[in-house]
Amino acid sequence: MDIRLSAVSHHYDQTEVLRDISLEIPSGKIVCIVGPSGCGKSTLLRLIGGLEQPSAGEILQIGSPPADCLNPLTYIFQDFALLPWRTVRGNISLVLEDHGIHGQAAGDIINDVLARTKLSDFADALPKQLSGGMKQRVAIARALAVNPAVMLMDEPLSALDSQTRELLMDDLVNLWSRTPFTAVYVTHNLAEAVRLGHSIMVMSRRPGEIREIVHLDTPLHQRGLGDAEMEEKQKYLWHLMREEARAADAELVHV
Amino acid sequence: MSETSNAAEIRHVPFRGGGFAPSPRRWVGFAVFVVLIALAEIGTQTGFITPLTLPKPSDVLKTFGELYSSGLLWKHLSVSLSRLVVGAALGASAGIAVGVMIGLFSYVRAGLLPLVAALFPIPKIALLPLFVIWFGIDEGSKYALIAFGTFTPTVVATYGAVDNVDRNLIRMGQSFNLSWMSIVRKIVLPGAMPGILSGLRISLAIAIILLVAAEMLGAEYGIGAYILEAGSLYDLERLFVGVAILSILGVTLSACIGMIERRLLRWRV
Ligand SMILES: Nc1ncnc2c1ncn2[C@@H]1O[C@H](COP(=O)(O)OP(=O)(O)OP(=O)(O)O)[C@@H](O)[C@H]1O
Ligand SMILES: [Mg+2]
Repeated sequence: MDIRLSAVSHHYDQTEVLRDISLEIPSGKIVCIVGPSGCGKSTLLRLIGGLEQPSAGEILQIGSPPADCLNPLTYIFQDFALLPWRTVRGNISLVLEDHGIHGQAAGDIINDVLARTKLSDFADALPKQLSGGMKQRVAIARALAVNPAVMLMDEPLSALDSQTRELLMDDLVNLWSRTPFTAVYVTHNLAEAVRLGHSIMVMSRRPGEIREIVHLDTPLHQRGLGDAEMEEKQKYLWHLMREEARAADAELVHV
Repeated sequence: MSETSNAAEIRHVPFRGGGFAPSPRRWVGFAVFVVLIALAEIGTQTGFITPLTLPKPSDVLKTFGELYSSGLLWKHLSVSLSRLVVGAALGASAGIAVGVMIGLFSYVRAGLLPLVAALFPIPKIALLPLFVIWFGIDEGSKYALIAFGTFTPTVVATYGAVDNVDRNLIRMGQSFNLSWMSIVRKIVLPGAMPGILSGLRISLAIAIILLVAAEMLGAEYGIGAYILEAGSLYDLERLFVGVAILSILGVTLSACIGMIERRLLRWRV
């Protein structure tokens, strides 16, 4: 299932947030979105997932999601959004219960996704007992449980320390290499973008427009830490963003 | 550090943390009761406190023993407890239902919040004669009074608690296509539970107060009737027996809620 955005614009009251965004999200690819703070990245992601409606333009699903897909557009949130009163297992079964999956069938799915995110030993722990990285892995496991056609991730790693982030990025790359998934990945962090993105959309400051779309051809599992080409791309992205970021920063000061 | 202060003074860094985290100290509350009662006993025995001011705790205990052995204690208590349970259950469940609706629906909120604000300050005791006319002098008016008294504080506590549920969790539920019912049942209600339970503590104390008021009219048995009869005869020993029973009832209910809280809210930090 592909996603196509055509001429999407959005405004809140008088503030124009997004202007004329047209983007293809091909299936099986990870599209990263980077841009200065407040340029509308989170808003764009909410629009793509149908949590809000754009003021103008269309967001289209092309093709139908695979038959075993329970929730085609699935989010992974920056703040994890785990129910604190449910165990790890309970948090995952939450999203299965409504699809009539209970008992043995649910147990099988839960054990599978916990194994894939290396959480099998923590199935009965409450969220408060987990570290930040583990919580985000639970959120990833929960997203995997519904077999999403497209994963929408809003700065999923930015609440974590850099070592945990590095490890989780490896986990994501491994997950993708085993079964390629489609994802829109919003981030502040250019290193994450060049590590995970098949294409990277750079946005201008508010109102957010597409500044440029950068393509990366190196396969995900060959992109190591300190890879020369990655460094090059990252520098280029920073060059693109620098003026925007500076201007956005100055704007906030004058508010 | 600075070169001028060369007198090397070595001290421990002063400790400034701690506190603000009450932990259970069961025996302290019990000790407070024991000390107060012991003081009253000593005061009345020595004559420092005249018998007209305060009855001797030992006499009160003796009166309690008589009440128990005559079998009347159970009679009063069972009648009162059933009134309390029925009335409070009606009021609290209606209050939780209405509170959740106010928390979730704009029109219900706009329509009912002013009404609740108007009902809250009415002294419910003043409405007892009205309830007698509406629901009869028997149990009906008593249930109604207690239910009405617990209803308003429960509503206020519940909608406040629903307002405080993390919106991100609700967004999460929507993003996984959970049905409206599931979101309410699995996200909103558990999230509001801490607030609902602490509101229930207040509501149940009010229910006990209203129990006595309800038994002012047309009640032969019941702790309230017992207290009122003793009061009108200026029989201080029996008055204090009744009051003590009410206090014990309050402590017991509060302990029950504490137990429910520990069980249901184990997930809290
Ligand atoms: N619900 C809303 N109502 C009104 N304005 C909003 C709302 N949500 C976002 N905005 C405004 O829209 C703009 C874009 O917000 P958004 O959260 O999408 O930015 P962002 O790119 O995700 O920023 P960050 O990188 O800091 O997360 C901001 O100026 C914000 O103030
Ligand atoms: Mg954002």
